[in-house]
Amino acid sequence: MSPSARDQGASGYRIAIVRATIDPAAVLALVGDRTDGAVLLFLGTVRDHADGRPVGGLRYETYQAMAEKELNAIAGEAVRQLGTDRIAVVHRVGNLAVGEVSVAIAVSSPHRAEAYQASRFIIEEIKKRLPVWKHEQYVDGEAAWVRGWTLEPTEGAR
Amino acid sequence: MQVRSLFFAAYRDALGTGTLDVDLPEGATVGELVTSLRSRGAPFDRLPKAPAVAINHDVVRGDARLTEGDEIAFLPPVAGG
Repeated sequence: MSPSARDQGASGYRIAIVRATIDPAAVLALVGDRTDGAVLLFLGTVRDHADGRPVGGLRYETYQAMAEKELNAIAGEAVRQLGTDRIAVVHRVGNLAVGEVSVAIAVSSPHRAEAYQASRFIIEEIKKRLPVWKHEQYVDGEAAWVRGWTLEPTEGAR
Repeated sequence: MQVRSLFFAAYRDALGTGTLDVDLPEGATVGELVTSLRSRGAPFDRLPKAPAVAINHDVVRGDARLTEGDEIAFLPPVAGG
């Protein structure tokens, strides 16, 4: 994983939607500054169960162009609300095994409160807004699309 | 006018296709596109009556008007993270 320059927002944050394995250390290395006293890394990982049913693996599908746009918007909102632009967000799509990292969010800020708030804001907005779908493969051989959040119209959209 | 419809995840599986070019009268709305697709019968009647829809990557309301060449994405409830 290495978010490219084209994924870099004007204010310094980085976002990426990737198919390859996420390297948490590489995401962490994208944030941090001499002025920062807090560095926070959140990892979302694939659980081995869903509603009590054993899960063997997942497939994430995305609408790539819209997902990149939406992740940029979410990171930009976090920058404006919380005053740090040391933010890196990477979401993986494709086939993932139990225990693998599906999302990594790194934030650094002068004090810990802003880092925790930004990290929490970003993961909650990802859940509600990112056009990503999860296909769960159960150990018993069945598979199903997970029913999640219904997307809401964008303010000011056509 | 012609617009391109994209179907993702459960919708693509239900319809058996991810892309469909659709001819519509000028000024048609998202809601009219949905009605037009559903009126084709099976499997298109498996689309919800009011699905979440994005025009050119922005989620819009059902009364949004379409224009020639728009990319219309039908988006099932999302489950990322």
